Amino acid sequence: MKVKTLVEELGMTLITGDGEKEITGIYACDLLSWVISHAKTGDLWVTVMNNVNIVAVASLAEVACIVLAEGVKADEQVVKKARENGVTLLGSSMPTAEIIIKSSKLI
Amino acid sequence: MGLSGQKVTLRYTIAAEDFISAGEASSHVKKTLNKLGIRHELIKRFTIAMYEAEINTVIHASGGEAYVEITPEKLMVKISDNGPGIPDIEKAMMEGWSTAPEHIREMGFGAGMGLPNMKRYADDLAVESEVGVGTVVTITVYLS
Repeated sequence: MKVKTLVEELGMTLITGDGEKEITGIYACDLLSWVISHAKTGDLWVTVMNNVNIVAVASLAEVACIVLAEGVKADEQVVKKARENGVTLLGSSMPTAEIIIKSSKLI
Repeated sequence: MGLSGQKVTLRYTIAAEDFISAGEASSHVKKTLNKLGIRHELIKRFTIAMYEAEINTVIHASGGEAYVEITPEKLMVKISDNGPGIPDIEKAMMEGWSTAPEHIREMGFGAGMGLPNMKRYADDLAVESEVGVGTVVTITVYLS
């Protein structure tokens, strides 16, 4: 499924990226060392962590996109760095579990 | 750009407590390796291990330096710092063991996975450390 399909189906906000990346799996965690070693290439990564380091982690782990859950706002630095590094960033008001359950039906 | 028998070297300075630019050395190495046409899976393993070492230097030492060497045989990075050193390397290699302070944990780091992740993704990992002097971490991923 393309990122833009997820955005449309689940009413998410596309903060950075063109929505063309392909999502092939789901991963959720807020501890960055867990994410970098366990998330797979193409995963949709759900987190409430919104500091700038999530961008480097997403880029190195090669996830399809980051979804900031629970209405967590991305600060300016995160958005800027995500744009610079070609990282797709989404926002959702849903809690993590709901995002996972609903996304899994679409993948 | 390609690797035809020659050696490519890269050097980076890692700033202390700078979480904004943390990971930039690893990201730059990743871009370079992609241009060189190195196999994707090896690039991912190497740069994840390097990122963990880079972050450790930012968190625990007062920054440091990274020296990367790319040859047709292997990818190697040596990350050195003049930080406090690791008193017990065996303990530091255990998953979940962390000495990171609270403000670092709040950022999502300090899960005690840094060195274990390096070991997991490197083909060779060497950690040399002396308390009060510093630490040198060498990560190698073989290309053949």
